[in-house]
Amino acid sequence: MNPKTYHHISSNPSSVKSRFTRGFLRAFKKIKRQQRLLPTSSSSSSNPSPRPYLYGRVKIAADKSLALAVGSRRAWSRALLWKIHYKAWRQRSRFNNKKKRLKENKKNKKKKKNDDEEVGFRHAKELRKLVPGGKAMDLCSLLDETAHYIKCLITQVQVMKSIDQIYSF
Amino acid sequence: MSSRRSRSRQSGTSRITDDQINDLVSKLQQLLPELRNSRSDKVSAAKVLQETCSYIRNLHREVDDLSERLSELLETTDAAQAAIIRNLLMQ
Repeated sequence: MNPKTYHHISSNPSSVKSRFTRGFLRAFKKIKRQQRLLPTSSSSSSNPSPRPYLYGRVKIAADKSLALAVGSRRAWSRALLWKIHYKAWRQRSRFNNKKKRLKENKKNKKKKKNDDEEVGFRHAKELRKLVPGGKAMDLCSLLDETAHYIKCLITQVQVMKSIDQIYSF
Repeated sequence: MSSRRSRSRQSGTSRITDDQINDLVSKLQQLLPELRNSRSDKVSAAKVLQETCSYIRNLHREVDDLSERLSELLETTDAAQAAIIRNLLMQ
């Protein structure tokens, strides 16, 4: 690995960027290590394609490291972490409690129907879907969290791009 | 989740002024490459929000693509390594 470019990524040790880079690289290497342990390369023809699985793992690792780098002081990062944990929990318990899940889905649908106060801001509704946890925020914090979320997404894209460049050598 | 919601609702209803919202919207506008250079009084709040939505969607798509690329990298480097090892063993 080129030390110069690596240094270029994390110049400020306390920023979200460097924390995200460190966390994501750690997760990425972990996935790589586990991937190497699997005997997929010899039996890749019988095993249809591990790529969707790998893609999902990389995506989740990226989101999770971003949320962890930001910490719990932001509502969107709390919501994102909660979403990831909930998804993992649901996948784990997919087989043993189907009935429970059905009930929960019904409950969630009932809850969601009461939240629309702003009339002039039609696009705020759209924004609520895009920002994690946006459905439970008032307008002011939605705008504030959106600004922070965008900054962090830009950082995420930058870091992932440079990791891609480093690794494709 | 519900307790958090009620808390944020209370702090929100204490007094959201138009100035506050305008301030936040112009802060958002500064982040958007499309609208950054135009003056804040010329762009409506709805336009800023619309652009924000599409910008976030673009960023999400970019993250998806990069995840795809990185997962491909995981596979190809592994396959390449396996091929090299196989070659070495065959010799």
